[in-house]
Amino acid sequence: MPWTRTYRNRDEFERAFPQNAGVRGLAYRDAILEATVELMEEDSRVFVMGQGVDDAGGVFGTTKGLHERFGKGRCIDTALAENGITGIAAGAALCGMRPILAHMRVDFIPLSLDQIINHAAKWSYMFGGRASVPLTIRAIIGRGWGSAAQHSQSLQSILANIPGLKVVMPATPYDAKGLLRAAVKDNNPVIIIEHRWLYDHTGHVPEGPYTVPIGKAVVRRAGKDVTIAALSYMVYEALLAAEELKGRGIECEVIDLRTIKPMDTGLITESVKKTGRLVSVDTGWRECGIGAEVVASAVEGAFGSLKAAPVRISLPEAPTPASPALEALYYPGKKEIVYAIEKMVRAV
Amino acid sequence: MRQKIKPVEAALAAAGALNVVEMYKKALTIRYFEEKVDWLFGRGKLGGTTHLCIGQEAVPVGVASALRADDYMVSTHRGHGHLIAKGGEPARIFAELLGKSEGYCKGRGGTQHLCVMGLNFLGTNGITGGGIPIATGAGLSIKLSGDDRVAVCFFGEGASNQGTFHESLNMASVWKLPVVYVCENNMYAMSTRFARISASDDVAARAGAYGIEAAIVDGMDALKVAELAGKVVGRVRAGGGPALIEAKTYRFCGHSKSDPRTYRTREEEEMWKGKDPIKRLAAAAAEFIPGSEIEGIKRGVLAMIEDAYDAAEKGSDSSTDAALDGVYAKREDIVPQGNIQSA
Ligand SMILES: Cc1ncc(C[n+]2csc(CCOP(=O)(O)OP(=O)(O)O)c2C)c(N)n1
Repeated sequence: MPWTRTYRNRDEFERAFPQNAGVRGLAYRDAILEATVELMEEDSRVFVMGQGVDDAGGVFGTTKGLHERFGKGRCIDTALAENGITGIAAGAALCGMRPILAHMRVDFIPLSLDQIINHAAKWSYMFGGRASVPLTIRAIIGRGWGSAAQHSQSLQSILANIPGLKVVMPATPYDAKGLLRAAVKDNNPVIIIEHRWLYDHTGHVPEGPYTVPIGKAVVRRAGKDVTIAALSYMVYEALLAAEELKGRGIECEVIDLRTIKPMDTGLITESVKKTGRLVSVDTGWRECGIGAEVVASAVEGAFGSLKAAPVRISLPEAPTPASPALEALYYPGKKEIVYAIEKMVRAV
Repeated sequence: MRQKIKPVEAALAAAGALNVVEMYKKALTIRYFEEKVDWLFGRGKLGGTTHLCIGQEAVPVGVASALRADDYMVSTHRGHGHLIAKGGEPARIFAELLGKSEGYCKGRGGTQHLCVMGLNFLGTNGITGGGIPIATGAGLSIKLSGDDRVAVCFFGEGASNQGTFHESLNMASVWKLPVVYVCENNMYAMSTRFARISASDDVAARAGAYGIEAAIVDGMDALKVAELAGKVVGRVRAGGGPALIEAKTYRFCGHSKSDPRTYRTREEEEMWKGKDPIKRLAAAAAEFIPGSEIEGIKRGVLAMIEDAYDAAEKGSDSSTDAALDGVYAKREDIVPQGNIQSA
């Protein structure tokens, strides 16, 4: 399927589809913008707000031109006041609007955790299912950009711990559009964590409306020996590792989690029942992280099938360093995945 | 800054159309409701915590008199009075406090999480200052949908030290949102006197920094509050941008259920009790109706509160079958009345 494949840039995409073959390629950032434009055209309740959403850059191109197209009333630049702004967005959502709040970096979300955790996430249950907050919050993560400890975090597990929130991390342009659409249509607060390194990735993105269901993972590569459950940018590192391991006689199944909460534990356990081995690959930290949840789901759902102890690949227990030398050490990738899997398979 | 206190007669005349008797009944309903809650706590019939607004009734009653049913209201932890003023039924509030299915939130929320979308009442709130941006967002939704409703945001003077207060006022002013911020300044946040922890004497002064018009009113006098609220709400409704009302008031009771009130003197309490808003309203109502009728109203409201409690107590405990329902909203139609529809 063309939309299950993705390419690191437009050149790669065009090499794969030389005649264009009726397959439209769109970069991840443009897929986000296209979804936003379509949503705003379809539904007058949808609006975008955040710091700099109407500036020339437009949140790395993802909100570019919205203010010209829809007016500054629906593409609203905000003050540096994350908690207040998040509460304002939540209040508007509570009253029937469908705001998309964009943060340049996920690191700014901690300032708004009161409104996310104490308010937006609780509204539905706390009020007996008689209120809802259809709020979408976009936040961007990255790696290897020398931005260090306060600008490089990957905070999905904090958010995924909270009942009432949904958290998605699209890895492909197709999913970036489909999950953003699904988030805005959803009646709950949904947090979308986008990876800056994916912004140039190009893949097939159909024109017009479609959604990718929240809560469904997808198999990106089938294999019988090891299950790799990865998310966001790490899906690509996992795919590269799987390719290399194939040459060494190990067939990996690569699952792209897509949604972190609610996690598609069914697909993970189904795969582990087949392979008996599990490696989780996260962009975040290890303790109480997404990997812990992935492993727990396999232990609970496929205990008898496990042939080896599952392994978590994640960031070391330290804030992100600025130095390139330290950064190189800090981020895991293909090499670490290959090493872990070889060790796991050969040990049996 | 402080508004000159006009003679009661002048205020009365200004409030002529405001139906003083109705305001008296509302205030009395709040007072008797809160006294019943206090009584229930004292006898262990209610658990958790509660924050009563005895002494402060003039503020919600006065402000609500200026509102339409389709206006939004955002409340605080001290919110029973706000909800009653907005039209909440005592029986259903009791039911919520008692953890009954018939409660406004099916017993899930309790005193600090009472939300009634059908009344455009967007919730009491357990997080001090947490509701201020929510009300501001309600104001944004009104502005975006282009109608002429307003959002009223209650908060205590303690909450005016929260970032959410400053962040919200700033944005509301820049965006000219139809929000009326109403500070119930009862001088104490738990045991902490405002003057001890605040760089400004009045909360109203803070609004000036954001270019928001603010007025101070005697929060023990429902008619004065109503008069001011009428003007302010009218201006905000007409597109004049946000406004702030600071009502100087006093809670006669402790902060929450167990509070020995060692941080204030009994003399101070007696001085404020001399300004009891219920007594003032009764005196004002007596200008229109005979004393015997006032007594009749008292008996009637008291009986109504007792009946409401009895009805609530007979209700069914929150259903445990559906204990996990609603963590995630499913339906699209959970929006307040009068809301705009999808294009
Ligand atoms: C964020 C937060 N901090 C502290 C508290 C504990 N608390 C509950 S009520 C209250 C006092 C609030 O004072 P004020 O806003 O003046 O309202 P009042 O109680 O006087 O009505 C405090 C500190 C809380 N609920 N939320």
